[in-house]
Amino acid sequence: MNKHTTRRLLAAAVVIPVVLALGCTSSPTAAPAAATNTAYPVVIHAANGTVTIAHRPTAIVSLTPTGTEMLYAIGAGAQIKAVDKNSDYPAGAPITSLDGNSPNVEAIVNYKPDLVVVSDDPAGFQSQLSALGIPVLEDPAANTLAQSYQQYLQLGQATGHSAGAQTEVAHVKAQIAQVVAATPKPTTSESYYYELDQTYFSATSSTFIGNMFRLLGLKNIADASADAASSGGYPQLNAEYILKANPTYIFLADTICCAQNATSVAARPGWSTLSAVANHRIVPLNDDIASRWGPRVVTLLQDVANTVKAQRRAPAA
Amino acid sequence: MTATLPHRVAGDPVVSDEPEPPSRVSVRIPLLVATGVLLVAALLGISIGPAGVSLSDTVGSLLVHVPFLHIHTRASHLDQAIVWQIRLPRVVLAGLVGAMLAAGGASYQGVFRNPLADPYLLGVAAGAGLGATIVIVSGPGLSELLPVAAFVGGVGAVVLTYLVGANTGGRASGPSILLAGVAVAALLTAIQTYLQQRNAQDLQQVYTWILGRLTVASWSDVVLILPYVAVSAFVLLAHRRMLDVLRVGEDEAGSLGVDPARVRLVVVAAATLGTAAAVSVSGLIGFVGIIAPHAVRLATNSSYRVVVPVSMIGGAAFLILADLGARTVQAPDEIPIGVVTALVGAPFFLFVLRSKRARQGVL
Repeated sequence: MNKHTTRRLLAAAVVIPVVLALGCTSSPTAAPAAATNTAYPVVIHAANGTVTIAHRPTAIVSLTPTGTEMLYAIGAGAQIKAVDKNSDYPAGAPITSLDGNSPNVEAIVNYKPDLVVVSDDPAGFQSQLSALGIPVLEDPAANTLAQSYQQYLQLGQATGHSAGAQTEVAHVKAQIAQVVAATPKPTTSESYYYELDQTYFSATSSTFIGNMFRLLGLKNIADASADAASSGGYPQLNAEYILKANPTYIFLADTICCAQNATSVAARPGWSTLSAVANHRIVPLNDDIASRWGPRVVTLLQDVANTVKAQRRAPAA
Repeated sequence: MTATLPHRVAGDPVVSDEPEPPSRVSVRIPLLVATGVLLVAALLGISIGPAGVSLSDTVGSLLVHVPFLHIHTRASHLDQAIVWQIRLPRVVLAGLVGAMLAAGGASYQGVFRNPLADPYLLGVAAGAGLGATIVIVSGPGLSELLPVAAFVGGVGAVVLTYLVGANTGGRASGPSILLAGVAVAALLTAIQTYLQQRNAQDLQQVYTWILGRLTVASWSDVVLILPYVAVSAFVLLAHRRMLDVLRVGEDEAGSLGVDPARVRLVVVAAATLGTAAAVSVSGLIGFVGIIAPHAVRLATNSSYRVVVPVSMIGGAAFLILADLGARTVQAPDEIPIGVVTALVGAPFFLFVLRSKRARQGVL
């Protein structure tokens, strides 16, 4: 059992009473890691339509890093046979060279999976897997926390870990509520610029990450984006607009992809005039964690909240 | 391919500096008009932007940088930074890149006697794209090398094209170079696409580069490419009369004392250096190299002596305006500059094709 699972079990031990008190668990006797509390076959209404799973899967192939994290979090880790090359968390996941972005059906079939979890359907490979009788569960990028919770529950249902999924959802909800409660409300309007790469791609409040930041009472400068819908919530912002908006915070989700940090941002021509630079309110985030909607959203929110708390306790001149 | 306009240029004096009063006038007027358009484009580019800095603050932000003037401006430091460090270098860089691409396109059209030629014809774009992709997928620590890799890739691709296209005697004919260019571009693009698909996590960065990246223009980019563009422009301008001679056909040009292969080599070398430098900081911006020269040719109906310099100025104006559109039409969002130029350029190019056909009964 890895450290991550241990932590989850400990957390579950704390949270289960809460869940029971709320009366939102279907199987009060379930223990998350061991339970097979699902009667197969199960029928799941997922993003890719109705998915029927005949037996409890024991050879899951996950081609989505977030899906992998969720599967481990709900206690289905032992049923995973292979994960894609970007599923780098938790440690110990059976990482392979499978590529979720350009999947090779034969390479996937080679693992003899009885469930394949994906986040999208590049080149229509899902239908090929379905034709081979392999059920495919699609959990696309969530835009809201509610959508991500739904995915935990679907994965729980599919893998026989419904109780584990409900526990995990309750756990994430409780932790997020705690972080939000522990963060003072803003006394003045606070804005932020969320950077996805050094050519100023950003994320609006309609995205998952934008929704998270809204919980802390932050205003997103990308929300002025002229046509947020056509950019899918990820517009490329204009440099002079960012400077003029002079955001309170700059969050960098390009520390890994593009090696950006507080120093490199301050060194950009003209950017030294920004108050976020002068007040050291540039927050480096882990790109990977920031781009996933799994259990580690809590870590991300905590990082952001720590900076926000410091700002609100001692507002800059 | 045979020359399409022998009646206009066959009698042109080539080597001598015999004065030509009518065409002197015809050079001056298009030059003046193009310069006027460029000035207007530059003024619009500098004064309009998503940040909405007032005109007086914009002027003030510019004047404080004029030496010995000691002007004080009410513009905030932020507005001054926006105008001087974000907007102005972007306008200047767009102008340089546009001028280079247009001059390169005009020269290539002359040297290969092909109206479809653009500065990317011999593989500069494919090579630069490959160089940039290699750096992007190699990891974030190398991003400083991006312009260098794109430049080396672009120049390397054209060198490869020349080596492949050269005949056994070491001489290269126009058509064989063109075909070699097509093959080299296809090869390098295949490698580039392979690398990009193998590293799908970097797809966004690769595409952003390919679609043009004037979004992050800075003075350092301007300084980086200025020497190459200046030398390239000088050489292309110096050879513009030779391009007119080449229009009569390679054999005829040879009989007039012009060595087509040598002219082609010099022009391609100069255009490649300049284009590769431009592309290395701007990404792949399409259509400028085609529409600017054709627009000038349509408007003036004249020789390369006019087309090369006027396209250079016109290309600068066009890209400045296209970039103005890219950063303001959907402000505060950016529209990729490559999309704007192609969106305007493609219909325009169709128009050029149709009007040429109408006038000449060719194509």
